[in-house]
Amino acid sequence: MIKSIQELEQIRKKALEELEFRKQQGEGIRVVVGMATCGIAAGARPVMLKFVEEIQKRNLQNVTVVQTGCIGLCKYEPIVEVYEPNKEKVTYVKMTPEKVSRVVAEHIVNGKPVYEYTIGYEEAKEANK
Amino acid sequence: MNELSLYILDLVQNSIEAGATIVKIEIIEDLVNDKFSISVKDNGKGIPKDVITKVTDPFYTTRKTRKVGLGLALASQLAKDCNGKFSVDSSGKGTEVKIELQNSHIDRPPLGNIIDTLLTLIATAPQVDFVYIHKTDKGVFAFDTKKLKDILGEDVPLNLPSVLEFIKRELSDGLSNLFGGANIND
Repeated sequence: MIKSIQELEQIRKKALEELEFRKQQGEGIRVVVGMATCGIAAGARPVMLKFVEEIQKRNLQNVTVVQTGCIGLCKYEPIVEVYEPNKEKVTYVKMTPEKVSRVVAEHIVNGKPVYEYTIGYEEAKEANK
Repeated sequence: MNELSLYILDLVQNSIEAGATIVKIEIIEDLVNDKFSISVKDNGKGIPKDVITKVTDPFYTTRKTRKVGLGLALASQLAKDCNGKFSVDSSGKGTEVKIELQNSHIDRPPLGNIIDTLLTLIATAPQVDFVYIHKTDKGVFAFDTKKLKDILGEDVPLNLPSVLEFIKRELSDGLSNLFGGANIND
């Protein structure tokens, strides 16, 4: 336990530097995951953890992941909303951990939403059935 | 839901929505009496008396986005299916939900990935203090995020990736000790 307390102290020091850097960058991107019963049952937990993992792997300082309740579109769960400053929100539906990797790479890092995973695409697909 | 840890995730989300600042999750695996018990206790706003009798009805909900509320309904159904008991107590401050299942019942779901459940909760609600206690016939594992916060200080939130990574390791080490060195993620 003593070893892990020392490790935690080191994490704290490094984290304080990171937070200072984040403050200078201003408002960042918010990733919101629906975590009501419907979301959880549909697989929101691995989706949410995949976002955390990818963000850590790429060391993205200006992205935060938060949860929300039922968005009201249970049949499209797991649902993820991405909020970028001064841009319209993008709603991703039927998310999976595999889809998360692509959303992080193309949307969060490079600023291009993955249209095939959005609610607009999914609804158009259903309308054409 | 096919894992008890998903039921727990769902129950704790209720606690967070009720404004809880402390949530205590307790699991007791009692092989001698063939019982698997789960308790989720919070210090949130509680449930009014006239509502508490209706919470396990799937067609009752306080939310406005839809007309059904499945969380507690699913949990109470699970207890029924597994020859167990279900109770919601909100008489004091906060709420305690208890699920007691027959451990050996064929319909009892496995605990599943409880580490992922705890990480998800800490990542999305870093302001809440989570206490996790897991008792088996072999021993007890206890984890309290408050202790981490005392070392990290107010400026460093628990949901920073580097801190979450640390928590993940602490949980896996602690739980695999409890289960005699087995990797519980497998």
